[in-house]
Amino acid sequence: MSQRIETKDLNIYYGSFRAVADVTMSIEPRSVTALIGPSGCGKSTFLRTLNRMHEVIPGGRVEGTVAIDGVDLYGPDVDPVAVRRQVGMVFQRPNPFPTMSIAENVLAGVRLNNRRISKSDAADLVERSLRGANLWKEVKDRLDRPGSGLSGGQQQRLCIARAIAVEPQVLLMDEPCSALDPISTLAIEDLIADLKSRYTIIIVTHNMQQAARVSDRTGFFNLEEAGEPGRLVEIDDTSTIFSAPREQATEDYISGRFG
Amino acid sequence: MTTSVSAPAALASAKRRTGRGLDRGFRYLAVGSGVLIVAVLASVAVFLLIRAWPALRAGESISSEVGWIPAGSSVLSVIGPLVFGTVLAAIVALVIAVPVAVGIALFISHYAPRRIANALGYMVDLLAAIPSVVYGLWGVMVLAPMLHPIFQWMVKWLGWIPLFAGDSAGNASNPPRVLMTAALVLAVMILPIITAVCREVFLTTPPLHEEAALALGATRWEMIRMAVLPYGRSGIISAAMLGLGRALGETMAVLMVLSPGLAYSFKLLVASQQQTIAANIAAKFNDATEMGVSALIATGLALFVITMAVNMVARGIVARRKDFSGAN
Repeated sequence: MSQRIETKDLNIYYGSFRAVADVTMSIEPRSVTALIGPSGCGKSTFLRTLNRMHEVIPGGRVEGTVAIDGVDLYGPDVDPVAVRRQVGMVFQRPNPFPTMSIAENVLAGVRLNNRRISKSDAADLVERSLRGANLWKEVKDRLDRPGSGLSGGQQQRLCIARAIAVEPQVLLMDEPCSALDPISTLAIEDLIADLKSRYTIIIVTHNMQQAARVSDRTGFFNLEEAGEPGRLVEIDDTSTIFSAPREQATEDYISGRFG
Repeated sequence: MTTSVSAPAALASAKRRTGRGLDRGFRYLAVGSGVLIVAVLASVAVFLLIRAWPALRAGESISSEVGWIPAGSSVLSVIGPLVFGTVLAAIVALVIAVPVAVGIALFISHYAPRRIANALGYMVDLLAAIPSVVYGLWGVMVLAPMLHPIFQWMVKWLGWIPLFAGDSAGNASNPPRVLMTAALVLAVMILPIITAVCREVFLTTPPLHEEAALALGATRWEMIRMAVLPYGRSGIISAAMLGLGRALGETMAVLMVLSPGLAYSFKLLVASQQQTIAANIAAKFNDATEMGVSALIATGLALFVITMAVNMVARGIVARRKDFSGAN
C-alpha cells in the first residue's frame, strides 16, 4: 500500500526565484520522516512538491524528479489531481470545510472520486476513519454538526480522518501541531505512531523534540543566507541526527546555537 | 514617551474631555442615523397607506372613475395581476441572470488570468452605468427583432411547456414585446450588481479551504463546488436579492419593451398578457385623476410589501444555515 519516495536533483522555483536547490533523498515505505530547519529554508515548499500542491501557487514550478514507486510524479502524462488522491496532506492550520458536517468532511475526498457509496458503507467509512484518527469517541454523537464547531486539536484530527478516508499511500503533514496546545499535540503524535504501520508519513516541524519523538529519520534543511535557495543539509536516522550529526550546521541547529 | 510620563494628570484630563465630546457626538450621530432610517421607512409606509386608502375604500365603483381599471373591478382585483406580472418578470430575469453572473464571477475570480479578469470586471461594471432608458431602447430596437425567430422556435418545439405556449394561432407575438424580452433586458440590467457581489464573495474564500479541497484530489471545478460555492452561498443569495429588488422596481425598460395586459398568464412569449407595477405607475401617472393617483399608490404599496417580504425571506435563508456558514 505504501511505497518508497525518491527525489532526485529537485529544484523548486517561485517564478524565477529558486527557493529550494538540489534535493536528493529517499524515503522508505511505512516510516516517519521529519523535516526540520529554520523558517524560510524551504521544507514546507519541498513538502508541497510531493503532492504537486506547489504548482497551485502562481509561478510555482519544479525541475528534477519526484518518484513514488518508480513513477515520476512530474512525468508528462501524470495528472496532478490523481497524484493528490494518492498523497494526502494535512495543513498547518486545521481546515475542515466549514459548510460540511463532521461526517461530510470525512467523506469529502471519497465523494470526489465520483464513487457512489451506499449509506451503510459511508457510515462504516466515517467510523473507521474517525477511529483511525482517534476522534470517534469524541464526535460519534454529533456527526451531523459542523466540523468548525470542534476544538482546534479535534479539527486537526478531523482533517487527518478526511485525509486517510481515501486511503492514500503517503501522508504529508505540514507543521500539523503548530496551532495546537500540548495535549492536542500529544494526541496527534500518538496518532502518527499508529498511522506509521499503514502509511508513509513525512512531517515538517519546528519542534525538534517532536521530530525526535515521532520520526524514524530526520532531514535537516538550511539556507546559507537570505535570498539563497534552501538546501537539504543531511538526512539520517533520527537518533544519529540528534546525537552525532555529520554536519556542523546540523549540530549547531539542534543544539540551539542558531536558527 | 518621557514627556507623557512627566505630565500625566493634565494631559489625561484634557484628552479625555475632547475624547468624550467626540464620543458623545458620534453616538448621537449613530443613533440618529438608525432612528432616521426607521422614521423614513415608517413615513413612506404611512404615506402609501393614507394616499391609497380612498382607492382601496372605493371598491368596484372605482372602475368608472379610473380608465385603466376594467369595468366591475376593484383596486384589489387589479393589484393581483400586477403583482403577478411584477414577480414573474423579476423571477424570470433572476433565473436567467444568476447562473450567468455566478459563472462570470467564477471566471473572474478563479479561472481567468489576472489581466483578462480585471478587464472583464470593468466591462461588467460598465453595464451598470448604462441608463435604463437606453436599455429600453436597445431592448425594443435591437434585442426584440433578434429574439423573434428564437421565440418562434421555442413556441414550436417547447410550446407544450405552459411558459412557452403560443397565442391562439400557435405563434409567438411579433414584434416580441413580451414578458420574456422584458425579463431578458432586466437580466442584463441586474447582471452587474449580482456579478460584482459574487466576485467579491468568491475572492474572499479562505485559501485554506481551497487548498484542503485541492489536496484531496479535487479538480478545479470540484474545488469550486466543495469550497468556493458553499462558502459563498449566503453571498450569492444576498446578491440575487439585490438583483431581485432592482428587477422588481425597474420601470423604464419594462415600460418601453412590454406590451401590457392584466391577466394571470404564464405565457412569456405572447404580448399583452402581463404588466409590472412600476411600469404601470409610470404609464398611467401623467393623466391620472385624484382617484387614479390613489389607485396607483395602492399598487405602489403592494410593491413595497413585496420588496420587504423578499428581503425578509432572503435573510431567513441566510440565517437558517448560520452554523455552517464558515463565519465561526
